[in-house]
Amino acid sequence: MVATFHVEHASRSSRIGTAALAVVCLVLAAAPAFAGRDDLRLLSEIFAYIALASLWNLLAGYAGLVSVGQQAYVGLGGYVLFASTILAGIHPLLAVALAGFVGAATALPVAGLLFRLRGHYFAIGTWVVAEVFRLIASQLSLLGGGSGISLPASIVIAMAGSRQMRELEMYWLALALALAVLGGIALVLRSRYGLALTAMRDNELAARSSGVNVRRIKLAIYIGTACATAMVGALIFLQKLRMSPDTAFSVNDWTAFVIFITVIGGVGRIEGPLIGTLLFFLLRQTLADLGSIYLLMLGCIAIAIMLFAPKGIWGVLAGRFGWQLLPLQRRLRFAAE
Amino acid sequence: MIWLNIIIQGVLTGGLYAMFAAGLALIFGVMRLVNIAHGDLIVLAAYLALVTIDALALNPLAAIVIVAPVTGAIGYALQRGLLNRTVGDDLLPPLLVTFGLSVIIQNGLLELFTADSRRLSAGAIEVASFPLIEGISIGVLPLVQFIAAIVIIGGLQILFYRSAMGRALRATADDPSVAQLMGLDNRHVFALAMAISLAVVAVAGVLIAIRTNFDPALGPARLIYGFEAVIIGGLGSMWGTLVGGIVLGVAQAVGAQINPGWQLLAGHLAFLAVLAVRPQGLFPKVQG
Amino acid sequence: MPEPLLEVCALDAYYGDFQALFSVSLAVEPGEVVAVIGANGAGKSTLLNCIAGTIKRRCDAIVLGGQAIGDLPAHAVVARGIALVPEGRRLFPSLSLEENLLIGGQLGRPGPWNLARIYSLFPALSERRHVPSTALSGGEQQMAAIGRALMSNPSLLLCDELSLGLAPIVVRDLYARLPAIVAEGSSLIIVEQDIAAALAAAKDVFCLQEGRLALAGPSAALSREAISAAYFGA
Repeated sequence: MVATFHVEHASRSSRIGTAALAVVCLVLAAAPAFAGRDDLRLLSEIFAYIALASLWNLLAGYAGLVSVGQQAYVGLGGYVLFASTILAGIHPLLAVALAGFVGAATALPVAGLLFRLRGHYFAIGTWVVAEVFRLIASQLSLLGGGSGISLPASIVIAMAGSRQMRELEMYWLALALALAVLGGIALVLRSRYGLALTAMRDNELAARSSGVNVRRIKLAIYIGTACATAMVGALIFLQKLRMSPDTAFSVNDWTAFVIFITVIGGVGRIEGPLIGTLLFFLLRQTLADLGSIYLLMLGCIAIAIMLFAPKGIWGVLAGRFGWQLLPLQRRLRFAAE
Repeated sequence: MIWLNIIIQGVLTGGLYAMFAAGLALIFGVMRLVNIAHGDLIVLAAYLALVTIDALALNPLAAIVIVAPVTGAIGYALQRGLLNRTVGDDLLPPLLVTFGLSVIIQNGLLELFTADSRRLSAGAIEVASFPLIEGISIGVLPLVQFIAAIVIIGGLQILFYRSAMGRALRATADDPSVAQLMGLDNRHVFALAMAISLAVVAVAGVLIAIRTNFDPALGPARLIYGFEAVIIGGLGSMWGTLVGGIVLGVAQAVGAQINPGWQLLAGHLAFLAVLAVRPQGLFPKVQG
Repeated sequence: MPEPLLEVCALDAYYGDFQALFSVSLAVEPGEVVAVIGANGAGKSTLLNCIAGTIKRRCDAIVLGGQAIGDLPAHAVVARGIALVPEGRRLFPSLSLEENLLIGGQLGRPGPWNLARIYSLFPALSERRHVPSTALSGGEQQMAAIGRALMSNPSLLLCDELSLGLAPIVVRDLYARLPAIVAEGSSLIIVEQDIAAALAAAKDVFCLQEGRLALAGPSAALSREAISAAYFGA
C-alpha cells in the first residue's frame, strides 16, 4: 500500500499571524490619512531597517554567510542613485531600480573573491570590501569626494507635483519595497530552495551529498541580497537627500544596528527582524540622545542574547508557544487510508 | 632613491602589521576563533598606555612593560569569562559576541576619552634617524619597531615549537577533546592563547600609537591590517605573517607616495590581488 | 580480598536522548587485566569514555580507589591516574612522535614511565622519534598512542580497540607487551572486538550487548557458547 501525503505549510498560528499581518499592512498603507509628516518619515526608516535586517537574516541566518560588510551595498545603492540622477539625468525611481541592478552586477565578482574565504575570515573580508568601496567613493570628486554631496532640488521636484505628493510617493515606495523584500524572502523559504537552505544550515556536508548545489545557492542568495540591499540603500538616501562616504558606508548605521536588530529579534526566523526592528525603534525613541551609551547597551544586550537566548526573542516565543507569523513550516500529512 | 626609501619605510611599518597579524593568527590557529574586537583591543592597549604614562610619568617604550602583561591578563579573563562560551562549531556566536564586544569597547573608550585624536610621545627617539647609505636614512623608532616585530615573532615560533606550553597549544589546536585526555584543561589553554595574543598586540598597539594618532574608532582599521597580513602571508605560518605584513606595509607606502589618499586603498587592493591570484597566501602551511 | 582499584556502579550513559548504557557495573582489581567485549554499538567505547571522563555521568557511578570521581572533568581524571588510549589512536597530527609522547607526560605524575622506558618497551619507536605522527604506520601509531597514555603514569590504562585496522602479527606483537605494562604497576581495561586476543590477555571478561552487561566472569571459566550468546544476544 503506498501512503499518499502532502506537505502542509500553514498552521493555526500562522493563519492568525498572516491575517494580522495583512491588516497591519492595510493600516500602514492608509497611514498618510492620519499620520503626520514626521511619523511617516519614522515609519519609512522602520521599513528600511526591516528590509535590511530581513536581508541580513537571509544571508547569515539561512545561507550561513555572515557578513559585516553589507554597508557596501547600501552605500553603493546611494551612490548609484546620486550618480545616475545627477550625472545622467535618470528619473529617481528608475535610478532605484538601476541601483539594484548595479548591486547585483557588483556582487558577482565580489563573491568570486570573497567565497575563497571561509567563516570568520569571510566576515572580515566583507568588511574590507566595504572599506574599499568607501575609499573609492571618497576619491570620486564628481560625487563630492570625501565631504559628500546633496541631491539637487530639481531632481527631487521632478518626482511629483507637490511636496506632499512626493512624501506620499516615497512613503509608499518604502512600504512597497519592505513588503517586496519580505514577500520575496518568504517565497524563497517556501520553495525548495528554502528547504535546501535549511538543509545547508543544519549540515552542509550532508546537504551537498544529497545533491544540493551549495555553492550556487549561496551565490544566488548573496547576489539577490546585494541587489535588494542596494535598492533599499538608494531609497534611504533619496529620502535623506544628502550623502557622504562615511554616512553611506557607515558600519554603525547599516551593519551594527542591523545585526543587533536581527540577533535580538531572532536569527534564522523570518519573524526575528520584525520583532527586532520594532524593539530597536522603541528603545531608540525612549533612550533618544544617549549616543554612544545607547550603542554600548545594544552591544551588551546582543551579547547577552547570543549567550543565553541564542534564538532571540522570537525564537523563545516560538519555542514556547509554537507561534508562527507566516506559513513557512513543513509538516507531512498522510492521507488516512 | 625615493622609492628605495619608500620601500624601506613600508617594510619597517610592515613589522607592526605583522604583530597584529600574529596575534590574530595565533587565536585562530588554536581555537578557530576570529576576534572581531581584536583591533579595538589594540586601541585599548594604546589608551591603557596613555593612562599609565600620565600616572607614572613613563616613556611609552617603558610603559609597554606594564601594558603588555595587563592587556594579556585582560585577554585571559575575557576568554575564560566570555569567549570560551562561544567556542564550538557554530560560526555565529563567536562572531556576533566579538562584534558586540567591538562596539562596546569603541563606545566605552569614546565615553571615557572622547573622540579626540591622541598620540603617545616618546621624546627624541621619534625623530631620530641615522643614515644607511648615500641618500637613505632610517628612523630609529621604525627600526626599533621592526626589530621588536622580528623578536616577538621569533619568540612565538620558539614558544610554539620548542616549549611545553607550545606543545600544549598545538595539541589543543589539533584535537581539543584528546588534549583533555592529556590532562590539559581546554578552558585554560584557550585563555592562555588569548593572553599571549593580546600581550603581543599590546606591544604593537603601543608602538604604533607613538608613530601615528589614535582614537576610539581606529580599531576596525587595525583589525583589517592584521587580517590582510594573515591572508597575504598564508594561514598557519608565523613567518608568513611577517612577509604578509611587509607586503601590506610596502603596498601602503607605495600607494601613499603616488597619491596620499590612496594609502589605505593600495593596501586593500594588494590584499584583494593576493586573494584573487593565490588565495592560500604566499606561504601556506602544508597541513598533514 | 583487596579493595578494587576501579568500580563502575550502575552506570547510565546518554547521547542526547539516546541511552547508550543501562546500569552497567564492573570492578577492576589492582594489577589485573580486564576485557570488555561486545558487538559494534554495544557501548564499549562509551563505557571507556565514561570512565575517562569525556562523557557526563553520575558522581558515584565511577569510583577510583574508594573515591567517587564521576563529577570530575576529563583533564582531572587523568591527574587521578586513569589514562585512555582512544579508539583510532588519535595522535596529534601537528606533533612529532616524541612530542606526542612528551605531551602525554604533561602532568608530570610520578612513576616508572618516561621517554627512555617507553622506547625500551617499543624499540621500533626509538628510530622514529622526530617523524611527524602522520607519517607513522598503523602499528607504530598504536604503540605511540599507548606510550603517550603511559607517560602519565596511570594506575589504570584504558585501551579502546587496539587491534583496529592492524595486521594480526602487529596485534600479536602489541598484546605481547601488555604483561610488561602490568608489571610496572598499571591495571588494564581492554576493549576489543577480537575476542580471542581479549580472552587470552584478560583475567576477567565483561560482555556488553546493546548497552547492558550480558555476561561477566573469569575468561578461563566461560565457554564459547556462553560468550557467543552474550555477544550476539539470545
